[in-house]
Amino acid sequence: MNSVADKLVNAKEKTRPLVTSWTRAQQRHDSLMRWVFVGSAALVSAIIFSIIVFVGMQGVKTFADVSPLEFFFSTDWTPTSNSFGALPFLYSTLLLTLLSVVLAVPLALSGALFMAKIAPKWMREILRPATDLFVGIPSVVYGLIGMTFIVPLLGRMTGGIGYGILPAAIILAVMIMPTILSISEDALRALPGRLEEASLALGATRWQTMWRVLLPAARPGILTGIILGMGRAIGETMAVFMVIGNSPQMPKSLLDSTTVLTTAIVKDMGNTNYGTTWNNALYLMALVLLVISLALILFIRIVAKRSELK
Amino acid sequence: MNSRVTDKLATVYFWVSGIAIIALLAAFLIRILGDGIPHLSWHFLFGRPEEIVAGGGVGPQLFNSFYILFLSLLISVPIGVGAGVYLAVYAQKSKFTDLVRISVEVLSSVPSIVFGLFGFLLFANLLGLKFSILGGAATLSLLNLPVLVRVTEEAIRTVPESYWEASLALGSTKWQAIRKVLIPAALPTLITGITLVAGRALGESAILIYTAGLSVSRFFPDFNPLKMGETLSVHLWYIQAESLVPDAKNIAQGSAALLLIVVLVFNLLVGIPSRILQKRLTGGK
Repeated sequence: MNSVADKLVNAKEKTRPLVTSWTRAQQRHDSLMRWVFVGSAALVSAIIFSIIVFVGMQGVKTFADVSPLEFFFSTDWTPTSNSFGALPFLYSTLLLTLLSVVLAVPLALSGALFMAKIAPKWMREILRPATDLFVGIPSVVYGLIGMTFIVPLLGRMTGGIGYGILPAAIILAVMIMPTILSISEDALRALPGRLEEASLALGATRWQTMWRVLLPAARPGILTGIILGMGRAIGETMAVFMVIGNSPQMPKSLLDSTTVLTTAIVKDMGNTNYGTTWNNALYLMALVLLVISLALILFIRIVAKRSELK
Repeated sequence: MNSRVTDKLATVYFWVSGIAIIALLAAFLIRILGDGIPHLSWHFLFGRPEEIVAGGGVGPQLFNSFYILFLSLLISVPIGVGAGVYLAVYAQKSKFTDLVRISVEVLSSVPSIVFGLFGFLLFANLLGLKFSILGGAATLSLLNLPVLVRVTEEAIRTVPESYWEASLALGSTKWQAIRKVLIPAALPTLITGITLVAGRALGESAILIYTAGLSVSRFFPDFNPLKMGETLSVHLWYIQAESLVPDAKNIAQGSAALLLIVVLVFNLLVGIPSRILQKRLTGGK
């Protein structure tokens, strides 16, 4: 009556799980680490909130001395005589961003269609690292190219100095092109194959298929790419600083020296003391930049939700 | 013009635009490297910068670039990987998870100059770090953070579900499974991601002007993280915009070439460590 089976049957009370101090330590570590992970996730949220709060609080102080009306709608920026009109910066930022997107989109979309549908494998293997490398080039290096090559070229062509929105837009277009390209390409690749097959089966050529079927179908993804590109263009600082001329005035032409929000901050931050109205106005500009990039992200989420519903 | 001719023309157009993109990059690289490499010398790479006379080097700036990069990764990798693991492993569909995801997205779209101002307010002013290497590194780590979170989450999601289930089925705790199974299996992808982040952080300048400052320590190399620490990319901007040295253009071109070479090396290196690891993890297959 002493077989192994009998022992197991009669040993009910002995088969409790073996809980040693080592096991308990592991379980303690487990619950501790769970909180570490939750904590680092919470920290990421806390960081973005504190950025908004810190920059916002400092920026809003400007309104103690400057009316919102003046800040957003006056074109007179002479802080030394207490005029804080930021309209030229807002206007130039908008113009620069739109122009750079307009310059970047055609090449980016052509590149995306080329990579997604036409290019053979070896060509893709050259193009993909090439677009990655575009993203990797530091923005000061882009700025230097603009300063030593594009600005003199434009100057010679027009007889002016060559600084202004146009060279900045050209540089920015090159910088945001890879962003738009790679996101659009992903969107094109993610389309179900039946769309393309049905179009080709109806006798459409490859070009007709791409232009009438694939591009419209990939519109939400392409839009996301363009908006992310816009975000990069709005926030870019150093490359723009080196080619835009930095006069605080409304640009009369695309080759007139002007200032955008980001470069206004860089230019004046070193000359102002912390706590002065001038300094606070710079924080207010940073807050405007922050609000714009928040709005762009929300817009992308809405676009994504819409296309999911369809 | 019939549709077939249009199609042919379109194909030609797409090839031209694809080649144009590559040609553009090649022109950029040739221009920067061609202009800059002649200025690179032993003295330029390791010499001290000059304020007024020609012939200054960028030694301290080069050192500071890597020092700040190292410190910023030291700060951001644990937090970024932690948050990424949370999103990949623990996150359920909840308000908190949504909040974290939106935060990561918003954080990755914040313009770098805004990080710079925030860093100036928090680290330089409130915490009293002044313009310092530590303040710069801490601010720079904010830029790295969202990318690291995303990279970690994606890397862990590429590990097959069965690894995770098998580990738990053997009685491991979640932490044991993360530490001994998920992270080692995701390591090659993770390292690729971190290398890309490092390459990007190395070229960043707008963040560092008003957090790490525009001058360098009198000693070289100076490991004191509370000293000012101008980096190479900030130096490239500074020397063009404000400096008085007569050979500013040469120094700028040399620095640009140097930066580009470092970025190229980072981009080329991306594949190597992960490939070696892959080999070791899969037993040489």
